[in-house]
Amino acid sequence: MVKIKAAIIGSGNIGTDLMYKLERSEVIELTAMIGIDPESDGLKRAKEKGYLAFHNGIQSLKDNPEIADIVFDATSAKTHVRHAKVLAELGKLAIDLTPAARGPFVSPAVKTDAYLNEKNVNMITCGGQATIPIVHAINSVADVSYAEIVATISSKSAGPGTRANIDEFTITTRRGIEEVGGADKGKALIILNPAEPPILMRDTIYCEVKNMDEAAITKSIEQMVETVKEYVPGYRLKQEPLFDGNRVTVFVEVEGAGDYFPIYAGNLDIMTAAATRVAEDFAIHMLEKQSV
Amino acid sequence: MKRKSDKPIKITEVCLRDGSHVMQHQYTEAQVRRVARELDEAGMHYIEVSHGDGLGGSTLQYGKSLVDEMKLIEAAVDECQNSKVAVLLLPGIGTVHELKQAHELGASLVRVATHVTEADVSAQHISMARELGMETLGFLMMAHMAPTEKLVEQAKLMESYGAQAVYVTDSAGALLPQEVKEKIAALRNSLSIEVGFHAHNNLSLAVANTLTAIEEGATRIDGSIRCLGAGAGNAQTEVLLSVLDRMGVNLGIDIYKMMDLAENTVGPMIPRAQEINRGSLVLGYAGVYSSFLLHAERAGQRFGIDSRDILIELGKRKVVGGQEDMILDVAAELAKARKLEV
Repeated sequence: MVKIKAAIIGSGNIGTDLMYKLERSEVIELTAMIGIDPESDGLKRAKEKGYLAFHNGIQSLKDNPEIADIVFDATSAKTHVRHAKVLAELGKLAIDLTPAARGPFVSPAVKTDAYLNEKNVNMITCGGQATIPIVHAINSVADVSYAEIVATISSKSAGPGTRANIDEFTITTRRGIEEVGGADKGKALIILNPAEPPILMRDTIYCEVKNMDEAAITKSIEQMVETVKEYVPGYRLKQEPLFDGNRVTVFVEVEGAGDYFPIYAGNLDIMTAAATRVAEDFAIHMLEKQSV
Repeated sequence: MKRKSDKPIKITEVCLRDGSHVMQHQYTEAQVRRVARELDEAGMHYIEVSHGDGLGGSTLQYGKSLVDEMKLIEAAVDECQNSKVAVLLLPGIGTVHELKQAHELGASLVRVATHVTEADVSAQHISMARELGMETLGFLMMAHMAPTEKLVEQAKLMESYGAQAVYVTDSAGALLPQEVKEKIAALRNSLSIEVGFHAHNNLSLAVANTLTAIEEGATRIDGSIRCLGAGAGNAQTEVLLSVLDRMGVNLGIDIYKMMDLAENTVGPMIPRAQEINRGSLVLGYAGVYSSFLLHAERAGQRFGIDSRDILIELGKRKVVGGQEDMILDVAAELAKARKLEV
């Protein structure tokens, strides 16, 4: 079967985990891993697996534009701003895993066919990927006036990028809850827990709704969990949803696939899994266009 | 009293922030104005005003504020002639935007609080607070959960970001006097900035531990009048000041005025006596974040289980400050397990 070619920029943890996810894709062919440090573990592993491994950054794409139609950017927000321009000039689709948010926010569980016409989409945050689908599921049957999410992750899974700019997480996730989840107003909290052995990522979603309907909400949530499970098999409800007046509380746990990250880092896993799924949606769309 | 620091002791009254938990975040502007005015008249050094969980804490997770904290901060600033108004900020809950807003309203000191092992999330907020020209202190919460070497390492990080003091924050009221002594001494020996201590009275050790901290060189000290703070409250400010006075330490705060404020103003405001009941005792005993108390009692009632079982289970799971959602989750889980057993 013909596949759409893709490359990863950023050979750090996220980029490397992404490599393992893309390896399994039926519609995407990973061709290259692009970094800036030839000694990075990600580039070494990519080379071992037989992918092109460049350590001259985005220049390698300028030199070899044919290697990819889809480019995942797993660098940093600042770097992506620069990359976004180059990728646009090269006519490449950019899947942005940084907080730069040059393009619209997407969650693959919240299908809006609209995003398939975009050239740069942003994956929000890990907390956003884990909770926004649930907010959307509740909103679609009960109209959410306020949604609040609490993402608790193990300290070990919070990288230096997240730690240096934790406000970016809370603010970006809040925007995602509103723009993609559909809540009139959102709020996001993040908590780092250092317990050993590390805890799995857990998320609590509180929603205040305008049209309370326990049965419909429960059903919608359960369907959404199944949708997310398609690309994050370790995504599950910890309890049945709790109802109290106009409020519904949902507890979710995210166990990672254990590719490059240990399974407790469900927060990192859901980012790479969601990015892969979004790219696959694009790839299928591209392949359909080609066959017409 | 012999002290291992020659710097002056500065007291922060936390009843309008830590006490917000006890008030279930329902402080009115009139209450805040009256307490702030009378504290100012008594000569209090700093008065902390924020949601109990710090700026931006008004949430379903922690409880919604009746009155926007920014309004309360503005009101307190308005009432104070000499006392300075302080705020609390927990990165992950509040952001630099709320900090800037509080600063514009007149808050001049901020305590940036993280779990004792997670100081590096505070770099952004500490440096921004310094840029704003605020007095900026680090607050290492749940200090009982980490060994002293770890505490020192994390305090040094906060110092490197620009913190002007770092607090040993005994959020669970679980530290024993010997542990306080060891931790304060270690920080005093390793930092070139001031050291602070924030107690909770869950094991009835708040004043005693605070005295130990002061002897060891802590100079930034927290108290709550009438113990109006989470759990069984903090070091009772008017008691602490009276004891210090007896020990020859005069901080320029009028003790009679503090007693009157406790008796006539704060006492009648408190929904129930701030004594050490079995719930708050279990907080200290199991090492659980003090603001979990009322949430655990409510969850216990809702699911028909003993709130002590919830708190003990939370302690076992090494839950940290801010994880109030775990209370409902654990309560629901325990209730389910009970049903299965029957």
